[in-house]
Amino acid sequence: MIEFTDIRKSYGQDTVLGPVSGQIPAGGVTSLVGPNGAGKSTLLTIIGRLTEPTSGRVTVDGLDVHRAKSQEVARTLSVLRQENHFTARVTVRELVAFGRFPHSRGRLTPACVAKIDEALEFLHLGDLQHRHLDQLSGGQRQRAYVAMVVAQDTQYVLLDEPLNNLDMKHSVRMMGQLRRAADELGKTVVLIVHDINFAATYSDRIVALREGQIAASGTVDAMMRAEVLTEVFDTPVQIHEVDGNRTAVYFR
Amino acid sequence: MSDTPMTAPSLAPTSAALTKQARRGMPVAARLAVAAALAAASVAAFLLLFIEGSFDFAFERRLTVFGTMVVVAFAQAVATVVFQTITHNRLLTPSIMGFDAVYILMQTLLVSVFGGRVLAATDGLPKLITQTLLMVAFTMLLFGWLFSGRRGSLHVLLLVGVVLGLAFRSLSDFLQRLLSPAEYDVLSTRLFGRLSTAEPEYLPLAGGVCLVVGAVIWWRRYRLDTLLLGQETATNLGITHKRELTVLLLLVSVLIAMSTALAGPMTFFGFLTAMLAYQFAGTHRHLIVLPMAFLIGLITLTGGQFVMEHVFYASGMLTVVIEFLGGAIFLAHLLRKGSL
Repeated sequence: MIEFTDIRKSYGQDTVLGPVSGQIPAGGVTSLVGPNGAGKSTLLTIIGRLTEPTSGRVTVDGLDVHRAKSQEVARTLSVLRQENHFTARVTVRELVAFGRFPHSRGRLTPACVAKIDEALEFLHLGDLQHRHLDQLSGGQRQRAYVAMVVAQDTQYVLLDEPLNNLDMKHSVRMMGQLRRAADELGKTVVLIVHDINFAATYSDRIVALREGQIAASGTVDAMMRAEVLTEVFDTPVQIHEVDGNRTAVYFR
Repeated sequence: MSDTPMTAPSLAPTSAALTKQARRGMPVAARLAVAAALAAASVAAFLLLFIEGSFDFAFERRLTVFGTMVVVAFAQAVATVVFQTITHNRLLTPSIMGFDAVYILMQTLLVSVFGGRVLAATDGLPKLITQTLLMVAFTMLLFGWLFSGRRGSLHVLLLVGVVLGLAFRSLSDFLQRLLSPAEYDVLSTRLFGRLSTAEPEYLPLAGGVCLVVGAVIWWRRYRLDTLLLGQETATNLGITHKRELTVLLLLVSVLIAMSTALAGPMTFFGFLTAMLAYQFAGTHRHLIVLPMAFLIGLITLTGGQFVMEHVFYASGMLTVVIEFLGGAIFLAHLLRKGSL
């Protein structure tokens, strides 16, 4: 379980997040949604210890992520930002192999190689494994990054907008693969999604942020209601049933 | 959820990449072996060939120069590779932090205050150690910027280093103008890299420092690989980024400061070795690149000295030639790349 208590992040006088407290239970897919500047990325990167909070505490399975040994945290949770710029020209397989670093400190064991093969297989990257990242399309590259955190084999996987720059087809595939990671590999996936309908279709829980506060959170059924979403996004939202799924319509 | 292979247009780069890989073919271990063989050959040529007169005398003298070359090649090559990794920039050399400027200012101040003879009179281990420590102290001061305040970042550190370096250089220029021509002449021999004038008594200390620092860096070779992925990805993989950066910058400054105190400032030699190392290694892994850079540094120095002495019969300073070549390649690389 991820627990955050009185998390606050300020830059000078501006408080961009919090103080917020909450819990994300283990297992399943949890989506963070909200308008731009709501503090979604800040909250996610604080949980993933990429950002220091101004105050507050985050524990993941009882491990204080900002205090514990970074290597130990890296075996419990993995976190992926939306933009990654590398100095090195690495192949897909080399990138995925980096996911084993918290376990092997760079010396790959046969078990590591098996995990790397599994991760490549899981994201259908077998054919692309010897390609360099700069020879891939945006969607393929995004999959390679996700394969790296799959190879890292942590209970908790935090993803900052994994659908960024993906087209319709690749978005659907990516969400399907994350859903499988939760269902088949038993991972706890926490991700930021811009499209509320993607969040509704593939997640178990939705946490909505607005102006640095948690505006609402709960199961998909509880969250996919016109009054809740209208309030969160500050935009008129209607809910329609499409094939039994609640779908938000907000284009006019 | 079937993921069909990508459509035709995206297949083209694959086959191109594959043939390119086939052409480049040679495994990294073999590349390293070739570099080691070349290094052994040029070291042997430098030490053993064209000895006239007493073998013992010439060999002993050459051995001292060779020892200095090993220290300088090791320090500059390893420090530059590590520095480029932590700054995410393959064009930088550690001298951007102002080592050369501090060293030149120290020499100029010495001559300005105590006169030209002081340089030779004070030479010795204590001076070497003092100068090294002063340069390391200077970079430690710079690290203060890195870890103080909200705005502290690696780029601020580099910028402050550049600006201070410029200030020191201007001050040195000013002081040099006040010197008499004779004193300036004495000083100017210290302002270029010099390999052949090092004293044998410095080498055990310098070699020892190289061994210790080298061992610490070698221990971190896989961590260095993860740093190539950027701060956030490295942190995700369990690197304590700030601590790693501090340790590595300190090691880099010890290496460069010692090399500069021992054999004078060299700006482009490190860049040259690091760039060639990445070209020949064909990989980013520090496991390969670090030894490769050292070997290439050694080949450049011993081979260069051999060719200069026995092919061109030139008695000029090798380091000046290397700096010229390194600078030219740096410019060519910059122009081809079109950006920093």
